[in-house]
Amino acid sequence: MSARREAILALADGRIFRGRAFGATGEAVGEAVFNTAMTGYQEVLTDPSYKGQIVCMTYPEIGNVGINAEDAESAGVHVEGFVVKEYRARPSNWRSEMALGEYLERAGVVGIEGIETRALVRHIRAHGAQQAVISSVTLDPGVLAARAKASPGLVGRDLVKEVTCAESYDWELGDWELGAGYRRPSKEELRDAPLVVALDYGIKRNILHRLVASGFRVRVMPAAASAAEILAPNPDGVFLSNGPADPAALPYAHKAVRGVLGRKPIFGICLGHQILGLALGGRTYKLGFGHHGANHPVMDLRTRRVEITSQNHGFAVDAGSLEGRAELSHLNLNDKTVEGLRGAGVPFFSVQYHPEASPGPHDAGYLFARFRRLVEAFPRWGAEALDRIAAEEGGAAAR
Amino acid sequence: MPLRKDLKSVLLIGSGPIVIGQACEFDYSGTQALKALREEGLRLILVNSNPATIMTDPELADRTYIEPMTVQALEQIIERERPDALLPTVGGQTALNLAIELAESGVLERFGVELIGAKLGAIKKAEDRELFKQAMIGIGLEVPASGLARSQEQAEGIRRRLGLPLIIRPSRTLGGSGGSIARDPAEYHAKVEWGLGMSPNHEVLIEQSIEGWKEFELEVMRDMADNVVIICSIENFDPMGVHTGDSITVAPAQTLTDKEYQLMRDAALRIIREIGVDTGGSNIQFAIDSRTGRMVVIEMNPRVSRSSALASKATGFPIAKIAARLAVGYRLDEIPNDITRMTPACFEPTIDYVVTKIPRFAFEKFRGAADELGPQMKSVGEVMAIGRTFKESLQKALRSLEIGSWGLESRVAGLREAAALATVRAHLSLPNSHRLYYLGDAVRLGLAREEIHRLTGIDPWFIDAVAEIVEAEGRIKNGPLDAALLREAKESGFSDRRIAQLAGLDEAAVALKRREAALAPVFKAVDTCGAEFEAFTPYLYSTYEGEDEAPPDARPKIMILGGGPNRIGQGIEFDYCCVHASLALKQAGFETIMVNCNPETVSTDYDISDRLYFEPLTFEDVMAIAERERPAGVIVQFGGQTPLKLALPLERAGVPILGTAPDAIDRAEDRERFNLLVEKLGLRQPRGVLARGLAQAVRGAAEIGYPVLIRPSYVLGGRAMEVVADEAGLRRYLEQALLASEDRPLLVDRYLQGAIEVDVDAIGDGETVVIGGVMEHVEHAGIHSGDSACALPPRTLSPALQEELMRQTRMLARELGVIGLINVQYAIFEGEVYILEVNPRASRTIPFVSKAIGVPLAKLAALVMAGKNLSALGFTAERVPRHVSVKESVFPFVRFPGVDTILGPEMKSTGEVMGIDRSFAMAFAKAELAAATDLPAKGCVFISVRDEDKATLAPIAQGLSAMGFELAATGGTARYIHNLRIPCATVNKVTQGSPHVVDLMREGRIAMVINTPDASGTADSFSIRRTALEMRLPFCTTMAGAQAAVEGIAALREGRFEVRALQDYHQDHYRDNCAPENRRG
Repeated sequence: MSARREAILALADGRIFRGRAFGATGEAVGEAVFNTAMTGYQEVLTDPSYKGQIVCMTYPEIGNVGINAEDAESAGVHVEGFVVKEYRARPSNWRSEMALGEYLERAGVVGIEGIETRALVRHIRAHGAQQAVISSVTLDPGVLAARAKASPGLVGRDLVKEVTCAESYDWELGDWELGAGYRRPSKEELRDAPLVVALDYGIKRNILHRLVASGFRVRVMPAAASAAEILAPNPDGVFLSNGPADPAALPYAHKAVRGVLGRKPIFGICLGHQILGLALGGRTYKLGFGHHGANHPVMDLRTRRVEITSQNHGFAVDAGSLEGRAELSHLNLNDKTVEGLRGAGVPFFSVQYHPEASPGPHDAGYLFARFRRLVEAFPRWGAEALDRIAAEEGGAAAR
Repeated sequence: MPLRKDLKSVLLIGSGPIVIGQACEFDYSGTQALKALREEGLRLILVNSNPATIMTDPELADRTYIEPMTVQALEQIIERERPDALLPTVGGQTALNLAIELAESGVLERFGVELIGAKLGAIKKAEDRELFKQAMIGIGLEVPASGLARSQEQAEGIRRRLGLPLIIRPSRTLGGSGGSIARDPAEYHAKVEWGLGMSPNHEVLIEQSIEGWKEFELEVMRDMADNVVIICSIENFDPMGVHTGDSITVAPAQTLTDKEYQLMRDAALRIIREIGVDTGGSNIQFAIDSRTGRMVVIEMNPRVSRSSALASKATGFPIAKIAARLAVGYRLDEIPNDITRMTPACFEPTIDYVVTKIPRFAFEKFRGAADELGPQMKSVGEVMAIGRTFKESLQKALRSLEIGSWGLESRVAGLREAAALATVRAHLSLPNSHRLYYLGDAVRLGLAREEIHRLTGIDPWFIDAVAEIVEAEGRIKNGPLDAALLREAKESGFSDRRIAQLAGLDEAAVALKRREAALAPVFKAVDTCGAEFEAFTPYLYSTYEGEDEAPPDARPKIMILGGGPNRIGQGIEFDYCCVHASLALKQAGFETIMVNCNPETVSTDYDISDRLYFEPLTFEDVMAIAERERPAGVIVQFGGQTPLKLALPLERAGVPILGTAPDAIDRAEDRERFNLLVEKLGLRQPRGVLARGLAQAVRGAAEIGYPVLIRPSYVLGGRAMEVVADEAGLRRYLEQALLASEDRPLLVDRYLQGAIEVDVDAIGDGETVVIGGVMEHVEHAGIHSGDSACALPPRTLSPALQEELMRQTRMLARELGVIGLINVQYAIFEGEVYILEVNPRASRTIPFVSKAIGVPLAKLAALVMAGKNLSALGFTAERVPRHVSVKESVFPFVRFPGVDTILGPEMKSTGEVMGIDRSFAMAFAKAELAAATDLPAKGCVFISVRDEDKATLAPIAQGLSAMGFELAATGGTARYIHNLRIPCATVNKVTQGSPHVVDLMREGRIAMVINTPDASGTADSFSIRRTALEMRLPFCTTMAGAQAAVEGIAALREGRFEVRALQDYHQDHYRDNCAPENRRG
């Protein structure tokens, strides 16, 4: 413990935290954000939406359950740096295959432990998310703070291009089951399933799992796919994924989505939801320090039911900017920000939070089933499809 | 859906006396519920037989009934008060069981009372083990393979099907009462028998043993709109096999990935929906096979529980308060989160610290009880500690226990390696109350984590943390203790005292080094949200980091030190006093600061004081708070022995102690100084000597004459106190007691056989002393005052004698300069008054007296300590009520197989009940009913008393016979009764062979037992007492108790049992004269 290497976390505003290095040796730059989920650090590390960010876990004991192959949300680690209070080097869990430190080291990601994470969180809460540097090579706080200050922020940056896939591919794994892993649907099941094109802005695997488990054939396409490319395989629906950084910096995506809107049912999550908002002519803005956690209450305004949701976003859609084009469907009960939109006369819906969870509660999993119903209803009801299935759902709830 | 408009009045049922498995957490939850519903303007009716609760304070409900918690009493209360609804989910298993009985007997329907929170169907589905099992299978969840048996034959069938080992769980008992593990057929047969006897519906669930699996709990809340949230996850350090109440538990869960945790969360949501708990909190327990992750559901409590109290304290989310609001119509999203104010209660708390709970046991109190843990709960209290890491919280919890532990001390120090290894392995594989310490020793002895895991089932993650603590101990031992090492040690939760032990220094030297290194704790807030939102409620814990979040303000403040973990001799009564002190002082304009580490209590509700420090009550931890807050004064006399022990050290460190000077306390507690005091005042005490060592004790006892009462000085609850009849007994005692009392001197006193014992509570302001109450014990002196029943006002003492007792009490209080409370215990022997003990502090009887006389003594005392005088407070004359109040004690013997139920000078009760009525007899009868002793109206009474008690037997035997009872007795007693010309059957002693008395008892042919212990035949009488206990037969072990029981039976037979609210007893008096809130300034 005492023999460990020193490391420093420096914020752009000059606040310094001293700790010990774990994971890779080196230096990392990114926006410092905190995540309040008490479980799921592996999912956080591998969520491409964290590209460009240094993540601090508010729960202090991290590393307890190690790392396993099943729980990765993408092929690699996407956080720029990882900040914890106490790193546990010896994991204890029947599925663990590797210690967290070793994993970060292999991925070349710099971690820092032994810092006062709560003080960091309070600082970010008071002063907003800001650029930061973690280093275990340079130990001069002044230099590091200057580097943090000089680094580009997330606003206006297209980080999607760094995490999206290079080429289209099909995804064929469904939900995870303890002991059995991810379920692979049969050929027959796949043959009869409707096709959804999922645009990969940095997609989390569990979204793909949930789509397959909801009875879709899934074709994943790169973020830059045009409307024509998206529509080429004649999909039954289009899904817009989560992803990193600034939704406003993705004009190509806005354009492609505009080209699909009204022609295919669309479901968007997180960045996908923001892109939809922008494609409709709305505005997005940056939140003070975002929502990153697994305990945010969101109300479905139609049913008045509250879902406990998984969240990870630094930007939000301005509700006022979409008047007449979309309806507010979900509201964050903590800060009253927009959590969901549904089309007014156009068959789409989207949520700011993460119904695929991973990490986090499964309360909002019903949205995948809703998307499946929407896709099925669309050929018959067209623009009315969304209202039709809403009425059916309402009836079911009343029964 | 806000407040339901159709509800105007709600009946709440409390949990009755403190027993193992049901402690003050239900006062906490009930009090929260009352406060929350009060704010909604509902008319509240409360029933609880336990006077030592905050919830039974007459201000908290409109109608407060301190009555036996029986269907009969409840029916009368419901008939009088006509509540619209009954909330059964905040009073533990007692309230739930009573609600089931009221529903099933048709009472609720007859009076149109709606069950809110949980309907009968949901309660039964959760509580009935077979229904629950079927429900779980129905929703696709796994439960341990099991079968239900109502007879030995059925149990045999299950054994053949499932194979041993098996767990036997009686249905509908609390705290796993009667639960056990059987590993061989003989043991199985006996334990099934025991379990069937323990179950109110004579039914046991026999379950495949999953000992060693990981155990988890989730606290779940649901509202009427079906919104469900998880408040807290808890992981047990001790795996399956140890009752969760006896396990060390940690929040949040530490060793689950998100996927695994979400499976559990999903299951919890399905369970609460399937069971159909409408609103409120539930606790669901799961087990996970650590090799495969296979998960099974263990059980669900459809109500708030001990765990929900812990979860509330661990997260800052007030489960009971919210549950009460949900029950009357609110939705989770309509209720604000008190702590953040900005966000709703409809969310899942996230915490950025680790919480550890460690139970506290009382095996030393029960000779013959094995220190073994299993499915039946045995702990009497618990502590909780908060730290930024598990290691820190674990070590803080250890020193909170107050068992002389300052860290992970070795339990095998001094043993040779082979012996040490054998001892350690034995203590690892069989769960016991010291297993954590042996785990530390295992690491010291070099056992591999795999072996430790194999022996204990404890998750390697926890073992590693303990190993790191042990490894740090090694470095501290080897030194040098520089600033870096000291910082590391403090960050890992080491106490100064433990560091001192390891480094061969004294505590002050470590504190000094710490000061030199500028190492002081900072305080962080418990905020429900991991600092995501600002916290407005200063609920704080210490840690060694950089940023302090809650700098003190400049208001004049008073700090109240709580009582720490519940234990026998120090429990809810002291927490009651601390809460009253805080409430009264807050009202008087002070800022109040509470320090305590007991998660079950009302005092650790963040709503009670202006600031709550959830911290261990050690000198180091309290000083850290005192140095930062600089209180105008500290109250140490309300929390029992815990804070009292800190009085002198704190005073020496310059902390102002309020009220009676620590020196005066010492004068009363130090035997030699006390003798001088008694002599100076010309009072009388039983002749006694202070003995150091065996020779002095033997010589002293011979001088005084046997029997003698012997005990270590400075004890609470009569720890290690005994009456010994002769020198052999004295020598036997000393062999054990020297261990118990370390190097402290022993007191050897004349034992006043047959004396009447009296307790007097009084309050003094430095000038005026006012008597609170004079309580005459039912049992004779020699039985610990905490174990005896007592009556207020006294039932046999003459007015002149009472006046004399009050005179002496006033004299003592003046001499000691009492500012605050004082309790004096007297013995009346052959017409003379003897002083047994003086306690210049709050006593266990303060809540009882306050409720009996309708004056909140603890509040008045707190105000007096803060500088007010009694005449300004309007309390200048003793108040003698017209009604009679009787306090009766309840005991945990049933939890400790093989332990004798005989009472003596060492306290053994866990709680108390109160009976109030016009006459002593009826008040006593009510108290007995409340203590779950069903005084019989007819049948056969078995009597066996020792020779010296026969003189007082006549009126008892005559009384019983006159009421139509049959009598049965063994040889000597039977002859004696015959000689009184009273019919009496002679039955065999056990040693005389069948059919003997125990056979008759087992056959249900005995309705009550009167048995006073006979020194020669204790083995025989032991089996009688034990059988009576197991058969739930009323049994009297003293003649005075038997006499009172006969009077009680007569009262029940003659008089109508009537209920009356506390507000009626004290009507005008309380409101006009004594409620301090009416008398500001």
